[in-house]
Amino acid sequence: MTVPSGRQGKCEFTFTVNGRRETVRAYPMERLLDVLRHELNLNGTKEGCGEGECGSCSVLMNGELANSCLIPALQASGAEITTIEGLAGESQLSVLQSAFLECGGAQCGICTPGMILSARHLLNKNANPTTDEIREALSGNLCRCTGYAQIVEAVAQAARHRSAE
Amino acid sequence: MRSDPADHELIAPGKLQTVVQLLAEEPGKWLPIAGGTDIMVQYAAGKLPARKLVSIWNLPELRTIEISPDEITIGAGCTYTQLREHDLIASEFPMLASAARWTGGIANQNRGTLGGNIVNASPAADSLPALLAYEAELILVSTRGERRVPYLGFHTDYKKMNLAPDELIRAAALQRKFSGYLHYARKVGARSAQAISKVSIAALGRLRGYQGLDAVGDMIDEVRVAVGSVAPIPLRLAEVERIVTGKSIDPELVESARNAAAAAIQPIDDIRSTARYRAAVTGNLVAEFLQQLRDYGKTI
Repeated sequence: MTVPSGRQGKCEFTFTVNGRRETVRAYPMERLLDVLRHELNLNGTKEGCGEGECGSCSVLMNGELANSCLIPALQASGAEITTIEGLAGESQLSVLQSAFLECGGAQCGICTPGMILSARHLLNKNANPTTDEIREALSGNLCRCTGYAQIVEAVAQAARHRSAE
Repeated sequence: MRSDPADHELIAPGKLQTVVQLLAEEPGKWLPIAGGTDIMVQYAAGKLPARKLVSIWNLPELRTIEISPDEITIGAGCTYTQLREHDLIASEFPMLASAARWTGGIANQNRGTLGGNIVNASPAADSLPALLAYEAELILVSTRGERRVPYLGFHTDYKKMNLAPDELIRAAALQRKFSGYLHYARKVGARSAQAISKVSIAALGRLRGYQGLDAVGDMIDEVRVAVGSVAPIPLRLAEVERIVTGKSIDPELVESARNAAAAAIQPIDDIRSTARYRAAVTGNLVAEFLQQLRDYGKTI
């Protein structure tokens, strides 16, 4: 088996983003974060640190929370991706998004999409988390404005509302 | 400066066999990438020397956990999430489950892998002291076949290891022989998640007379003590183990163990901590382990 060496051109990748099938041309090592923002104009996914420390670029890939700055486009090929744009309905915010607004869990907004996706990942696995479980689930998401109390409260409120629905 | 994606080639053959063939054809030319939690960070910083990468993310052959009556074999591509959610790992190898829980945050636990933690070879890697204490063996695969080596001795110096350029870690094997032991693991860092450890420890211990009808004393039958972040590679503290085995746990023994630990490590000053702090905390952790082992004897 021989493999050509040197530079590799762009390739076509198909994946599902927020329920829609998308085909993009990208370099295999291009970061999923950049593909989402630049190719698909999904700018809700934020870049904070760009090295997997802050969680601002969190997305769900095949249901699992991941930092999109650390995913090469090739590894997302064929996957189902959920970004913050995929949570709200046509004209209504999701329960989690509303809870963040009501509890004051968003300030400058850079960490918020990642916080909400981490919270979504938690609630998908655990509908009634304890405060400690919420804190652990959000521990990879850093906020530099509000502090974490309102954010944790927002997730707890969303869990209560969801279980009441 | 950030890397240019056009400068890096990445392919995903989808089969372990094909990956291993590629490594054999051009040894040292291809860098395997799993969840990217280390490699993509170097890449983002423009510091990734490798130009040709081969994806081993999600290869089914690397993601299985096999259980036999004597042994558990954990695929090198298993994520920290898999490790922390696995019932048998939680019950029989709790220090490995704890290490998985301490690594990064949830997003990185979903992508970071056991094999990646081993080959990235950070002195601060969370899973490595646990692998040392449990005397894990690594199963290495290449087109030449498989070989099995003790993890102890696999890392030889800072970022250096006994892995041939055409080899890949396929799995880690752990013997199921640690019931009746105290499993003591701690990570000391700035915060629980995302922070890299300043000092970490994984230690196993058992007192004499732990089985049968003999009254359990506080005499140490066997211990294994491993520490991280205090030397170029994770260390097994053989001298500490030697001087405490067969002895009763009293303040004098704890003091000797502290001193032996301090003599064995080579801590450094860096952005996370100082050599002095690391040495003091290593001694404290060894002492706490022995104190817990003494108390553990009383509970059996």
